[in-house]
Amino acid sequence: MTEHSPFFDEMSGSGAGLRSPYGRYRDWFDGEDLRDLRKKSTEAERFFRRTGITFNVYGADEADERLIPFDIVPRIISGREWSKLTKGIEQRVRAINAFLYDIYHRQEILRAGRIPVDLIARNDAFLPHMIGVTPPGNVYTHIVGVDLVRTGEDEFFVLEDNARTPSGVSYMLENRETMLQMFPELFSRIRVQPVQNYPLDLRRSLAACAPRVCTEDCTVAVLTPGIHNSAYFEHAFLADHMGVELVEGTDLRVVDGKIAMRTTEGYKAIDVLYRRVDDEFLDPLNFNPDSVLGVPGIMDVYRAGGITIANAPGTGIADDKAIYSYMPDIVEFYTGEKAILQNVPTWRCSEADALAYVLDHLDELVVKEVHGSGGYGMLVGPAASKKEIAAFRAKLQAKPGNYIAQPTLALSTVPILTQKGLAPRHVDLRPFVLVSPNQITITPGGLTRVALKRGSLVVNSSQGGGTKDTWVLEE
Amino acid sequence: MLGKTAGGLFWMFRYLERSENTARLIEAGFRIGLTRPGGDDEEWESVLTTAAVWQAYLARHGELDAGKAIDFLLRDSTNPSSVLSAIAAARQNARLVRTALTREVWEAVNDTYMILKQALARPVSTRDLPEVLAMIRQQSALVRGAMHGTMLRNDVFDFGRLGTFLERADNTARILDVKYYVLLPSVSQIGTSLDNVQWETILRSVAGQRSYRWINQGETTPMGIANFLIFDGRMPRSLAFSMRKIATNMTYLENEYRARHGSHDQTDVLLARLETGSITRVFEDGLHEFITDFLTDLARLGQQIEIDYRFLG
Repeated sequence: MTEHSPFFDEMSGSGAGLRSPYGRYRDWFDGEDLRDLRKKSTEAERFFRRTGITFNVYGADEADERLIPFDIVPRIISGREWSKLTKGIEQRVRAINAFLYDIYHRQEILRAGRIPVDLIARNDAFLPHMIGVTPPGNVYTHIVGVDLVRTGEDEFFVLEDNARTPSGVSYMLENRETMLQMFPELFSRIRVQPVQNYPLDLRRSLAACAPRVCTEDCTVAVLTPGIHNSAYFEHAFLADHMGVELVEGTDLRVVDGKIAMRTTEGYKAIDVLYRRVDDEFLDPLNFNPDSVLGVPGIMDVYRAGGITIANAPGTGIADDKAIYSYMPDIVEFYTGEKAILQNVPTWRCSEADALAYVLDHLDELVVKEVHGSGGYGMLVGPAASKKEIAAFRAKLQAKPGNYIAQPTLALSTVPILTQKGLAPRHVDLRPFVLVSPNQITITPGGLTRVALKRGSLVVNSSQGGGTKDTWVLEE
Repeated sequence: MLGKTAGGLFWMFRYLERSENTARLIEAGFRIGLTRPGGDDEEWESVLTTAAVWQAYLARHGELDAGKAIDFLLRDSTNPSSVLSAIAAARQNARLVRTALTREVWEAVNDTYMILKQALARPVSTRDLPEVLAMIRQQSALVRGAMHGTMLRNDVFDFGRLGTFLERADNTARILDVKYYVLLPSVSQIGTSLDNVQWETILRSVAGQRSYRWINQGETTPMGIANFLIFDGRMPRSLAFSMRKIATNMTYLENEYRARHGSHDQTDVLLARLETGSITRVFEDGLHEFITDFLTDLARLGQQIEIDYRFLG
């Protein structure tokens, strides 16, 4: 290593050693020529551009399809570490689904006083249309992306639960595909658990959640906001790899109590709709009347059991940042067990004591908007200027209920390839979880996002982050 | 298949074909400029008219100029038929129908777009033009090869082929439409030789100069050329060839979907006109009328296909 840091490094641990999951990789790496590897790195970019795996940046020129930078050094997790993680993830995802069922039915958790009533009743993410509605198979979150960070050998924290429409899985798959093409010899030396089954698992999992009226073959479709959406590539990618149609709102209408798509042979009914359109745009008759992305009347069909919508409308109440701080209680309430995965300690600025503390420690904390996403609207105290802190303080004082604060975590690092060789950069991890009535499937690995800027803790692609292939070793 | 997807495929291949045709027209116009020393830029008017952008060109540049005409046809983003615009539109449609394409076809189209976008980022000098035009031809061949080598022969393929051959028939008919006066008996009597340059433009625009000579032993007559472009089923850019392909793919769709539509009847009428007609009769009844009728009916067929297969909501 050419740079040393006080952070836990997943390759070298806390000192200058070598952690065992990286042993074989490091052997291989040390035998390679740096210039060749740099060349491979450029090749990877060309590979991505050819495949068309780009994302559109909102506000940027239409022609500006950007690539999320890819780093060729894999992030490696041992099989043992992974199986511990999956137990925690599975527990958490079960709890989230139980919570959603409860919150839209009897609301036992509110009656038990475990979370404040206001937090639900006054929350925009709570969807009254879903009260009393039971989704087919009782599954609310068919696809979940649990964002994890690591701070030490055995310390993992959940940063957030993405229970609406988590994205990034196409990068997980394409990153692996790229690595297989560029370094086939590595995969014959090191046994890595495959991720390529994800699209078929997804299709199977979605089909298993079809409404009861669906008897023979199920028709699954992916609903996209369209070609200009930043994640369009992923929508097309998933539809393609599942072998199902990619539809837009304008392709759909209600026909005989079902949602049907306009085909070359007339309208054909859909049983399961994997929607990548937000709740509020889903149905102009029931939600935002100006939406042209959704299908008028789909909520009525849904409530009558004519279609499965994945994820179910209203799941946002489970990954709301204000709810997040109650997750340990939620896990315990529904599973009767202590949460296996830890939450990051969180101050709810809606509470007076917490707010006072946060205002006193703005320069140490990360403050996030409760409803924000994508790394926008947040303050990273230690990296912010005095002026930025002052401006944020004013916003925070004006609407404290909109914010939560967390300590700045010492995120683990994984080396990336730079001009001078390996250099540590901070990472997080988003594993992808599929939920069907009988089964929870977690693809070994997930999406590792990496802050490419030295010292930066923000891994979002919209803020200069990149990605890495994530290896879970066979053992 | 989604109606939208069928429409996307149809247009993707129309645009691909259009980019290739436009490049060929530029090549023909450029060649004339070279072989007619000290010549004027007049030929570019008929090239621009054939590409159906003469008015748009005038509105933009006001005067006829070879360099401006080439730039307008090659890379002007305000001209939706320029090579670059057509390729960009083809790629946009390809993105829209990504799930219907094989990885190879998508990559070929995406590659083509990226390569041409770079090659056409700045005005192309006369010196580089032949190379750029060759590159466009090669890229089209690459896409076509990927399509033939990797795509299932199902409705996806059929809609793509319909787009290709409707565009091609339209293009060849427009070349004849613009140049028909050179081929009229009143101008040059049947049997006499044509103005060298004129017939060469026509044949070059359809990449047919070599094959024409091969078939006709060098005998170049107006009727011979018109027959070659309209009725010769061996010539891959002739109206007869294109219509036969359209008819074949329409039949495949009829069989696959077990449904016959208005567009099938229209196809049959158009095909019959080419299979039972003769060049003598066409010249007797009027070449211009024949071409104008064909263009109108072809456009109607395109619209009917769009309706029958629900391209739009």
